[in-house]
Amino acid sequence: MAQTTLNNDTKTTSQPIAHELAKKQKEVSVAEFFERNRHLLGFDNKRKALLTVVKEAVDNSLDACEEARIMPEIIVEIVEMGNDRFRVIIEDNGPGIVKKQIPNIFAKLLYGSKFHTMKQARGQQGIGISAAVLYSQLTTGRPTKIKSKISPKDPAHIYELRIDTSTNSPEIIKEEETIWNNKDHGVRIEMDVEATYQKGDQGVDAYVKQTAIVNPHATFIYTNPKAEQMIYPRASEHLPKEPMAIKPHPYGVELGILLKMVKQTEKRTLQAFLTEEFSRVGPGTAKEICENSSLDPRMKPEQLEHPHVEKLMEGIKKTKIIAPSTDCIVPIGEELLEKGLRKEVPAEFYCSVTRPPEVYRGIPFVIEVAVAYGGTQPGDQPARILRFANRVPLLYQMSACASNKAIIQTDWRRYGMSQSNGALPVGPMTLVVHLASVWPPFTSEAKEAIAHYPEIIKEMKLALQEAGRQLGSYVNKKRRVADQQQRINIFENYIPEVAAALADITGEKKEIITAAMRKMLEKNKEFIMRNQAQVQEVDSEGPSLGKSYEDDDEDVKEDGKE
Amino acid sequence: MAKSKNPKEAIEDLGKGIVKDIMKGKQPELEVPVRSLSNVEFNKKSGTLELGNKMSQRQFFNVAHAKKFLQTIEIAKVTKDLLAVGKHASLRDVFYMVKRTIPNTKTDIVEEQTESDKAIEDLELLTEFSREQLNINANKMGSVAGKVVVEDAGDTIDWSRLGSGGWSIPSNVENIKFKKVDADYVIYMEKAAVWERLHEDKFWQKNNCIIMSSQGQTTRGIRRLLQRLSDEHKLPIYILTDADPYGYYIYSVLKFGSINLAHMSQTMTLTNARFLGITMDDIEKYGLQKHFIKFKDVDVVRLKQISEYEWFKNNKHWQRQFKMMKGYGAKAEIQALSARGISFISDKYLPEKIKNKDFLD
Repeated sequence: MAQTTLNNDTKTTSQPIAHELAKKQKEVSVAEFFERNRHLLGFDNKRKALLTVVKEAVDNSLDACEEARIMPEIIVEIVEMGNDRFRVIIEDNGPGIVKKQIPNIFAKLLYGSKFHTMKQARGQQGIGISAAVLYSQLTTGRPTKIKSKISPKDPAHIYELRIDTSTNSPEIIKEEETIWNNKDHGVRIEMDVEATYQKGDQGVDAYVKQTAIVNPHATFIYTNPKAEQMIYPRASEHLPKEPMAIKPHPYGVELGILLKMVKQTEKRTLQAFLTEEFSRVGPGTAKEICENSSLDPRMKPEQLEHPHVEKLMEGIKKTKIIAPSTDCIVPIGEELLEKGLRKEVPAEFYCSVTRPPEVYRGIPFVIEVAVAYGGTQPGDQPARILRFANRVPLLYQMSACASNKAIIQTDWRRYGMSQSNGALPVGPMTLVVHLASVWPPFTSEAKEAIAHYPEIIKEMKLALQEAGRQLGSYVNKKRRVADQQQRINIFENYIPEVAAALADITGEKKEIITAAMRKMLEKNKEFIMRNQAQVQEVDSEGPSLGKSYEDDDEDVKEDGKE
Repeated sequence: MAKSKNPKEAIEDLGKGIVKDIMKGKQPELEVPVRSLSNVEFNKKSGTLELGNKMSQRQFFNVAHAKKFLQTIEIAKVTKDLLAVGKHASLRDVFYMVKRTIPNTKTDIVEEQTESDKAIEDLELLTEFSREQLNINANKMGSVAGKVVVEDAGDTIDWSRLGSGGWSIPSNVENIKFKKVDADYVIYMEKAAVWERLHEDKFWQKNNCIIMSSQGQTTRGIRRLLQRLSDEHKLPIYILTDADPYGYYIYSVLKFGSINLAHMSQTMTLTNARFLGITMDDIEKYGLQKHFIKFKDVDVVRLKQISEYEWFKNNKHWQRQFKMMKGYGAKAEIQALSARGISFISDKYLPEKIKNKDFLD
């Protein structure tokens, strides 16, 4: 497996031959690994590469700021260098990185703090930013420049780094101490990449804007290659609650992971292993699992072989275990989500829904939905869909996403939109769907679409329906008001016409008739506006009038129809 | 409303009434009899369709009525102007005189001619004057020929000396004076082409009659002219149409009146009209079955409707025709007779039918 061959933290230094072999394997592995897996890492084409580079850096910055409880302020700048080359600059006000760690974090693949924890975060695998560095290096040959400062008292450090692809280790081109004025702490990354810049729903512009929507506590200053600067100021002065790391829930583990856990644990008995390495497993539950799997609770975990572990899986399935705690999930929250949407999508009506936490395969998650309706949004096109997982915009693979299915399966006609079977709703509307989870299930490593778990789709639909109901009542009310106004308008516009004709017939003054009719309208306005029943009664006369037309039809033949 | 002396006065009275209501703060409204099947009755005594007593109100301050109200008032205004200058306009003219976009809206006062036509009918009912009297005419559509001399607008016209085209019947025949009428009967036919055939064959000369036709539609002018010939000169009226539900319907309208013009039954209907042909029996008699045209769905529906008309329901002769037609599921045109020779219709078919008094009542 690529990952294990890459990992040079090999514990088996006492075995020289294997060590030797491992070294040989590494000589080709990093670059090759990248080449083989670039599509998995989001570098399948030049256009997407630019997005991925920005995305990895911004995700890291946001995660770092939140972990350090700092209100994020992130500067993104893309400069066109010609010849399909772009310089990408990302600067944050995060905690900075201590000098010693800079080379490892940026120039060593699979180095990071998030890989093994079960905690809601944007990044997960410690591969993103170093993959971006590697991509830059492979396409332009230039090193990545990192500047970091950790406090006002400390000096800033500048590094120019490359990845030594033969050893997967950092190669320091330049290293110097410097002064970073007007900056207390933070990181600035500068790298050149081969890429294509495009506006539109799948470009960097959309990514930054959408990121601003779901991160209302962050400020973004973005300059695109056309030298247009966009500032997305924060809408909230409160950082989201810090997510907690949780141990895995037994229902959520797969056989492979369980096998690995069994081998790695330091617990001496199966009983202890179950109670301490998992959440929601107390002594009683652990005993029940052992019983259900016909295993001795006193067994040493390392003695468990493949068949035993399979039995253990069976036992877990048979045992009733309470759902995992859900306080590890930090949703954006209805209020903030609406605020975020409000500042970036001009519309006339907003609403948002945060569902209570639910669980898929033992992994807790929360679904949030927001709607922005009306304004200048086009009414004759499908609604704009913005999808997010853990506050990260998902710009590709829309049709493969669970949210797409949930939206299509929701009956939007009920809420005043038009929709044909199996299609997205049509109307002046933006729909936001956000999944927050300690482990968002993606359909592929590229993290572009949420997998179709029935529990997730069901929650999404419930959230969409709840938001839809609010939308529907607004749309209906609006329609009603418009109808009433239209009714008044009819009379207001007809009065001068009728008055003019009557004046002509009778010789009475037009102004006098108009004034008298206006007065009547004014007096009856209330009645016309309010009295729905009256108007419906009138409408019900429509069919009978219509009928008389039908009857008249019979006589079409008879009269001069020139 | 009490009948006003002349049309112009009638319109002015109508307008004054409405203005009076407005000044009093009373809902401006127009009251017209309902013109639908539900408010039309067949008067067995007179043998015509008559309008019932149901009235419908057109209130201005009512979303469903406002536009119709406006349309009727607009038509009244246009009509008053026509009467004032003594000019005549066609239905189409009136449509264009009224049609314009209402300021601040996207709607026109009238979108289609049917709307202005309707409003004109409303005005007829409101003023109790026919549209011809209101100086609104339909297009001239019919031709007539025969040994008749009339005076129209100061000119003397001899219907027997007008070449191949005949006299074209004006839409308003009220003021025509008959100087000489030398005929035993009148044949009205649905098809202009058949009229041309008979005219070319000098059928009216040989048989001492009047032949009249229109372009499929029986205009008011023609109906009125037929009625005058029937009333004033006691001429029998014979109707010649295709053997199809539509043709039978033409006969029905001429003889009994129509829902639309039920308010004008007295001046329009020809209670003495008789149906000459083409009957289903004619088709069998002359072996024209191979010239049948198969029914479309609409024909089937139409036939059923007609056969259920009150005035046909108990008429066994007509019911027999309907039944035969239904049995064949097919119709035939008058021109099918030409299969027996180009002048078969004038030399044999018509003279025989009239001689034998072979018609339906």
